Amino acid sequence: MQGNVKFIQGNEVCVEAALYAGLEFFAGYPITPSTEIAETMSARLPQIGGRFLQMEDEIASICAIIGASLTGRKAMTATSGPGFSLMQEALGYAVMTEIPCVIVDVQRGGPSTGLPTHVGQGDFNQARYGTHGDHAIVALTASNHQDMFAITVEAFNIAEAFRTPVILLFDEVTGHMREKVVIPERGEIALVERLRTSVESGVDYHPYLPREDGRLPMSDFGGVHRYNVTGLYHDMWGFPSDDPKIVYGLIRHLMDKIGNYAENMTFFRQDHIEDAHTVLVSYGAAARSARHLVENRRKRGERLGLLELQTLWPFPGDVVRKVCKNADYIVVVELNTGQVIREVKLAVDRPERVYLANRIDGQLISPTDIQNILRLLHGKGV
Amino acid sequence: MSVKDYIRERFFPHMWCPGCGHGVVLNAMIRAVESLGMSKNEIVMVSGIGCSARISGYVDFHSMHTIHGRALAFATGIKMSRPELNVIVPMGDGDALAIGGNHFLHAARRNIEMTAIVMNNRIYGMTGGQFSPLSGYAAAASTAPYGNIDHGFDIAKLSEAAGATFVARTTTYHVHELTRLIRDAILHEGFSVLEVLTQCPTYFGRYNRAGDAPEMMETYKNRTVAVGSEKKHQDPDLIERGVFVKKELPEYCREYEKVIEKNQQKQT
Repeated sequence: MQGNVKFIQGNEVCVEAALYAGLEFFAGYPITPSTEIAETMSARLPQIGGRFLQMEDEIASICAIIGASLTGRKAMTATSGPGFSLMQEALGYAVMTEIPCVIVDVQRGGPSTGLPTHVGQGDFNQARYGTHGDHAIVALTASNHQDMFAITVEAFNIAEAFRTPVILLFDEVTGHMREKVVIPERGEIALVERLRTSVESGVDYHPYLPREDGRLPMSDFGGVHRYNVTGLYHDMWGFPSDDPKIVYGLIRHLMDKIGNYAENMTFFRQDHIEDAHTVLVSYGAAARSARHLVENRRKRGERLGLLELQTLWPFPGDVVRKVCKNADYIVVVELNTGQVIREVKLAVDRPERVYLANRIDGQLISPTDIQNILRLLHGKGV
Repeated sequence: MSVKDYIRERFFPHMWCPGCGHGVVLNAMIRAVESLGMSKNEIVMVSGIGCSARISGYVDFHSMHTIHGRALAFATGIKMSRPELNVIVPMGDGDALAIGGNHFLHAARRNIEMTAIVMNNRIYGMTGGQFSPLSGYAAAASTAPYGNIDHGFDIAKLSEAAGATFVARTTTYHVHELTRLIRDAILHEGFSVLEVLTQCPTYFGRYNRAGDAPEMMETYKNRTVAVGSEKKHQDPDLIERGVFVKKELPEYCREYEKVIEKNQQKQT
């Protein structure tokens, strides 16, 4: 057990978790603050017979992992804001072609080159809306290394189970921070393996014909079934189609296969919610300060609670509404000008209770920063 | 097997215009594959976006129709993941060298074993005749109504400089040479580039008064010469056909296999 205890960077935790989940293929391009993921992958993957590619840019990186995944390997890329922007078109292609893959965005301050070495949480909306056209997407995050490990494994599980790209929205603080992590034993976290077709060689295989439960069994590309893959609207054979019935059916399928199963991919933590009259809603690095404040003020008897979101998309509106039901104040703690707060306001009854505690200067919000907002809300001076 | 056994009839009729050269490339490609006795299951065709990219749907191989300019990047992921597969990447001139120029250079530099076929019709056909990086100076196009001031690439020189280890050029007029060169390109152990001059009578031909499809193919016959021909010295404007580069260099996937072999051993 002791050998499983490590004191490493979040970016390294992400690598260990991806390998635990069965990752065999990584392609990436250097970018701060995610570069350590590529560096660690370049050393670790050949050791297990996997493959690491440093591509010419982030566009090529995501394209390469989509290609590799289609041939049957669990695949991932990692980047930060500017690279994530470049990946958007191919992200939509992975959505449309239903090819599982995991995209890590270790967020830094934006827009543009922004603050490469400082923290930000400004890519929340880009993760949801960055690629063009209607689509559903899954985005997860975590605030500490142990959760980062579990959430990264879940990202692969969801990608495989739902044939979808999954985005891991980490941030510079969790990515670069070092803290203890216990690498779970094999089997401690369940792994979802790819659902492969039982259709035999020589028998017609329909790559885009969902089963009754909505899942589409895959056939490793380049194997015994020859089929077509396209980013155009397509029929069950994977052949392009603009037949209104087929177009309608496919976009509904793409939306519903995530939307109808949102509960299965909703992860969060709640602390001291029962009697809380103020609930902090936070995620990622910002949630570390929120938790610190809640723990400290609880010792003084203050009725403060925390809802830490780990699933960001599909946004867990039902969870937010239920958890915040009895709160007088709901304070969203995040490192942007107010992105998650919009979703929280849409989710809760009486949205006038919702306030923002944020920092947008490249610095991690501190417990004192949050406390100052609470004092103002409670009519006390700062 | 006959040519018919390699196509997906469900996809036909194809969407290319009457007189388009792309069908000739499709035909030659199938004949090349047939002459090599390759199984359809061994071949992966990855394409991008454009008239040329539609070729991947018409063949009964593993086919992936991707996004504009990125076919080589997808193909790199597939080939690295499954090096035993034969990967063919048909692209248009805009697809390969404008939006996809960076991927083209780096795939060539890596010398990863795949066959890049650049179907060069010197124009963006699918969107209605805009000038491409191969249109050349003074060409007419829907976005160059006063004549193009962009200079064109020389695909063969570019490929060689980028590191491609097999580089060749031919035209849709020279169908037997085309079949032979596709075969040689597939057999080559490294990154191979075959440029095929293919006529677009609908847009390039019409805008540039180059005539109909047969006239454009006549031009391919009259204005090209075998590489190293004396005629080129007398008339430098002639376009050379044939193999420009064929050399042996370490192939990317095999090099990576060595990295795996060496470092997996260290673990035990």
